[in-house]
Formats: sequence, structure tokens, C-alpha cells
Amino acid sequence: MSIWEYANPVKFIRTADMLLPWVTVAAVICLVTGLVWGFFFTPEDFRQGSTVKIIYLHVPAAMMAINAWIMMLLASLIWIVRRHHVSALAARAAAPIGATMTVIGLVTGAIWGQPMWGTWWAWDPRLTVFLILFLFYLGYMALWEAIEDDDTAADLTSILCLVGSVFALLSRYAVQFWNQGLHQGSSVLRAGAVTGADMDEKVSNVYFMPLLVSGVGFVLLFVALVLLRTQTEIRARRSRALLARERSA
Amino acid sequence: MIALLTRDLRLAVRAGGGFGLGLAFFLIVTVLVPFGVGPQTDLLTQIAPGILWIGALLACLLSLDRIFALDWEDGSLDLLATAPLPMEGIVSVKALAHWITTGLPLVLVAPALGVLLNLAGPGYLWLFISLALGTPALSVIGTFGAALTVGLKRGGLLMSLLVLPLYVPTLIFGAEVARRGAEGLAVQTPLLMLAGISFGVAALLPFASAAVLRINLR
Repeated sequence: MSIWEYANPVKFIRTADMLLPWVTVAAVICLVTGLVWGFFFTPEDFRQGSTVKIIYLHVPAAMMAINAWIMMLLASLIWIVRRHHVSALAARAAAPIGATMTVIGLVTGAIWGQPMWGTWWAWDPRLTVFLILFLFYLGYMALWEAIEDDDTAADLTSILCLVGSVFALLSRYAVQFWNQGLHQGSSVLRAGAVTGADMDEKVSNVYFMPLLVSGVGFVLLFVALVLLRTQTEIRARRSRALLARERSA
Repeated sequence: MIALLTRDLRLAVRAGGGFGLGLAFFLIVTVLVPFGVGPQTDLLTQIAPGILWIGALLACLLSLDRIFALDWEDGSLDLLATAPLPMEGIVSVKALAHWITTGLPLVLVAPALGVLLNLAGPGYLWLFISLALGTPALSVIGTFGAALTVGLKRGGLLMSLLVLPLYVPTLIFGAEVARRGAEGLAVQTPLLMLAGISFGVAALLPFASAAVLRINLR
């Protein structure tokens, strides 16, 4: 059991076929539980009212937006170092999902920000960084689409992913320097909150449990979508190869 | 390497058009801005450093596809790749040539255009310094973008999409130096960061550009 076994597309498809129903069902259960619990069975915040409930979409989506990029970075590294074909395809499959998560994070943030901050958009560091991250996703996907040869595209995009990661990190600190924030700091998971040192700042457990469930749901959803899209891409390539062989025969 | 540099410079100057085009673009952008935002001098004073930086950045971006495109078309890029010069060296020289033909004129002209936008007194010096420090980074990052898209038919738009997000940190610190300089504030922190970015990308990014170019020439 190592990831190198799954460089064999047939083996990958077989395993993915086996895993996919389970992961999908688990994702649906977690998402439905987390969201329904969060939306209907938690008290309203005494200051934010019912708008606080958008946290169950906003926080997990924002988390997955970053994690999807990190996953792409790892997959790209694996491709560059070991020419693991399925890994390159998985990176490609993750990009549109990550971009969608970024959009969900931005849009839900705007919907929450309108009543709370009184504005749809502010040039706050966190918001700005997410917008820049979205641009990186766009560039990455556009490069995949633009290059015809598959291996060249995989090579170029993975190097772009590496360079882009460095610049995304640089942008993050540059943007923090550039403007002070309106967005609150992390209040879901923080060291002081776990040890009980600053309970005032932490999200209350009433909100935290459904948030945790819906967060797990988003992770599972991401895994399911990546598996599905990677499978689709492998099959599309195979059918393309078959067609090419038939035409030349 | 010096031979390659002089060749690139000579081509840029003599082979018509390329040399002055970036400058003309910079001039036009600067002239258009007051039409867009209105002629109030205090408003222009406020936005002048940022506008000049963005103008220089766009002028730089527009000339990027010339770095490799011509050499790619007539095959001299393949010759260069087989020459006894490491690819990293070629890429660095190309970036340097691009900076001398595009970045340096922009730096020299920017203070003159600052007059049009009513730039504040101390701003001229700091605009000049920040552009002089920042435009090399723009050239080096742009060379990476040009290397990524060298073989593509319609690479221009795609290259803008790839390169512009990479320009964000340089633009932030560069414009910050110019703005603070114009307002008479302390500029040391953003200036050091800008210099750090310039030297950092000049040292490291040619390796990525060379790797990308090798893949594209495969």
C-alpha cells in the first residue's frame, strides 16, 4: 500500500470505484447533518442574529480553498520528482474545485459582510489574499487548457504551481503590510482556546460542533470530487487514445 | 553571455518598433488617467505614485512576449539551447536585456510623467528609486511568464493572466515606497522589502524559467 501503486491508472480506477460510493455517502451525511444542525438547531447569536449561521458554509469553504491548493502543490511535487501520472491528473482535477471553494468563501463572506460590516467588499488582507488566490487558480487552469500535449502541460503547470505557491505566500504578507484588517482573526481553532486561556474569543461549542461536522463534510466532498474528476480524466484520455489508434489503423 | 546581451540589445534597438513602444504606452496611460478621474490637482497628487507604478507595470507586461517569441519563431532559441551556455544564464541575460530596453527607459521617463500628474515634491526621487529597484523584478518574473507561454499560438492574454498575480508583491511594495516618499513618510521598510523581492527573484526565478524553457523546447 503506497501511492506508487496508484501510478497505475487501472489500479487507481479500481480503488476509486470502490471508495467513491462510501466517501460520497459519508460526505452527504456529514454535510446534511452539519448544515441542518447548524441552520435550524443552534441559537441565534445575541449580536449577529441569524447571520452567524453562514459560518457553516463560509469557514469550511475557505479552509478547503487553501487546502486544495496545498494538495495541488503536493501532487505537483510528486509529479515533478517521480513522474506519477495519476498525481498530475489529481492536481488538475483539484483546481476547479479549489476555485469554486474560493468563490463560495468570497460570496458567503460578502453576504455576511453586508449586514455586519455594512459593505459587500472591503480591501481587507484576508479578502484580498483570497481574491489573489482565485486569480492563481484561474491562471493554473487556463495554462492546463492552453497546452495540447498532456505531459508538457503537466510539467509546466506543476512548475507554475510551485512558483505560484511562493508568490501566493509572499502576497499574503505583502497584503498584510499594505492594509490593516477588518476580518477577525482565527477564532475556531487556536491554541489558547483549547487550553481554556482565552475562552472569550473562541467560538462557543454550540456553534463549534456543527461546524466541525460540516467541515468534515467539505473535506469528504472534496475527496469525492477529486476522485471522480481524476477518474473521468483518465477515462477521457483512454478513449482519446483508442480513437487515435483506430484512426491510424 | 555578453555577446548574447549585445545581440539582444542591438536587435531590440534596430529591428524597428520594439524599443520605444513601451515608453509610448506608458505616456498614453498617464495621459488617459486624468481624463478618467478628472483634472482636480489634489486628487491627481494623491494617486500619482500608484498610477505611475501601474503604468510602468503594464508597459513592462506588454513587451514581455518579445523576449522569446522572435527567437522561438526563427529557431535561434534552439541554437541557444544547444550552445555551451547554461539555460539559466540565457534566461538571466534575456531578462537583463528586457530590463535595459524596457525597464530602464521607463524608470528614466517616470519622473517626467510625474509632472503631468502633479506628483508631490519629494515623490520624484522616491518614484525613481522604487522603479529602479522594482522594474528588474518585473522583468525577471515576466521572463518566467514568457518562458511558460513561448510555444503557444495566442499566448499573450494567457501570459497576462499568469504574470499579473505574480506581480502583486512587487507592486504593493513599489507603490508603497513611492506613495510614502511622496507624502514624506519613512520609506525604509517597504524599500527593503522591495529590494529583497528584486534580488530574491533575480537569484532564484531563472532556475524555474530555465526549467520551463527546457520543457517547452523538448
